[in-house]
Amino acid sequence: MGLVSSKLGNLGVVTTTLDEAVNWARTGAMWPLLFGLACCAIEMMSTQASHYDMSRFGMELNRASPRQSDLIIIAGRVSRKMAPVIRQLYDQMAAPKWVIAMGDCASCSGVYNNYALVQGVDEVIPVDVYVAGCPPRPEQLIHGILTLHEKIRSDRIAEWAK
Amino acid sequence: MSIPTALDPAAAIQSAMPDAVLAVEEFRGETTIIVTPDQINEVARYFRDTPGLVYNFLSDISAVDYYEPYGGYGDRPGRFAVCYHLLSMLYRRRLRLKVYLPEENPVVDSVIEVWPGADWFERETWDLMGIEFRGHPDKRRLMMPDDWEGHPLRRDYPLGYETVMFSFNADEKMKYKPFAKD
Repeated sequence: MGLVSSKLGNLGVVTTTLDEAVNWARTGAMWPLLFGLACCAIEMMSTQASHYDMSRFGMELNRASPRQSDLIIIAGRVSRKMAPVIRQLYDQMAAPKWVIAMGDCASCSGVYNNYALVQGVDEVIPVDVYVAGCPPRPEQLIHGILTLHEKIRSDRIAEWAK
Repeated sequence: MSIPTALDPAAAIQSAMPDAVLAVEEFRGETTIIVTPDQINEVARYFRDTPGLVYNFLSDISAVDYYEPYGGYGDRPGRFAVCYHLLSMLYRRRLRLKVYLPEENPVVDSVIEVWPGADWFERETWDLMGIEFRGHPDKRRLMMPDDWEGHPLRRDYPLGYETVMFSFNADEKMKYKPFAKD
């Protein structure tokens, strides 16, 4: 952390900017909403499990309620009937909130160019990070999460008002 | 107690209701009986209630669209066909009933009073093929959203949703693609 400096060696005092501190807190414990739709949910589950642990990155557990989560990982195909449900869940999440579109079907509806699926979940909710893959391997999903962390670290308080 | 002997379904229906049966087909052990659409309820009750036939389980109701873009349905009497797949749990054998429906107004009586499990099958057939079932108490769409227009599984419904994006039409398509801006 570049802007962090400790005073007088061993006093145990660290100074930093408010931006850094707030963004560190946000990325440190970002709990996702328990929301797996289709095959990408299996890869999300295996990323959450012990071999590729997502708890290392702060996502200790998935909350079932949108009011208690910061992040929604859209893992899987979004059908036309599911789109208003996703919109309602996204609206119920409290700010600050982020969205990861995991997999090809959430990014651009993948191989399914038909009447039943929403062509990319960004028709319904604004997306921060798109993770490509069908399904993306756990390492790819973790790369997407780390990209989201970098994006959050570059947020500035002066832009919150917008 | 003894089970009544099993009857041959095609012979039985042809002797009991000869004017309802249009044809009988058999292919690799599967029997299909083609009936007229206005007698489907009597035929269904006959197959369910007669000892020796007892087709008491409706496995599925499906529909076929024989639309050809250059016209004609071969030698078939109508554009749509509704297939009722029956199973007799007592004699462990299956049967298919088929009715042909015209293109302009595909309506057939509902068999929900004979087999109550026909409820969602008929809702699905209405939703995806546009075949109306007279007497069904709850005509709603099952798979598509309630305000959807069109019947997706008909053969003249467009197959894809949007044109494929290449690099030469990417800018043009991105202008019209809907994005949520929160």
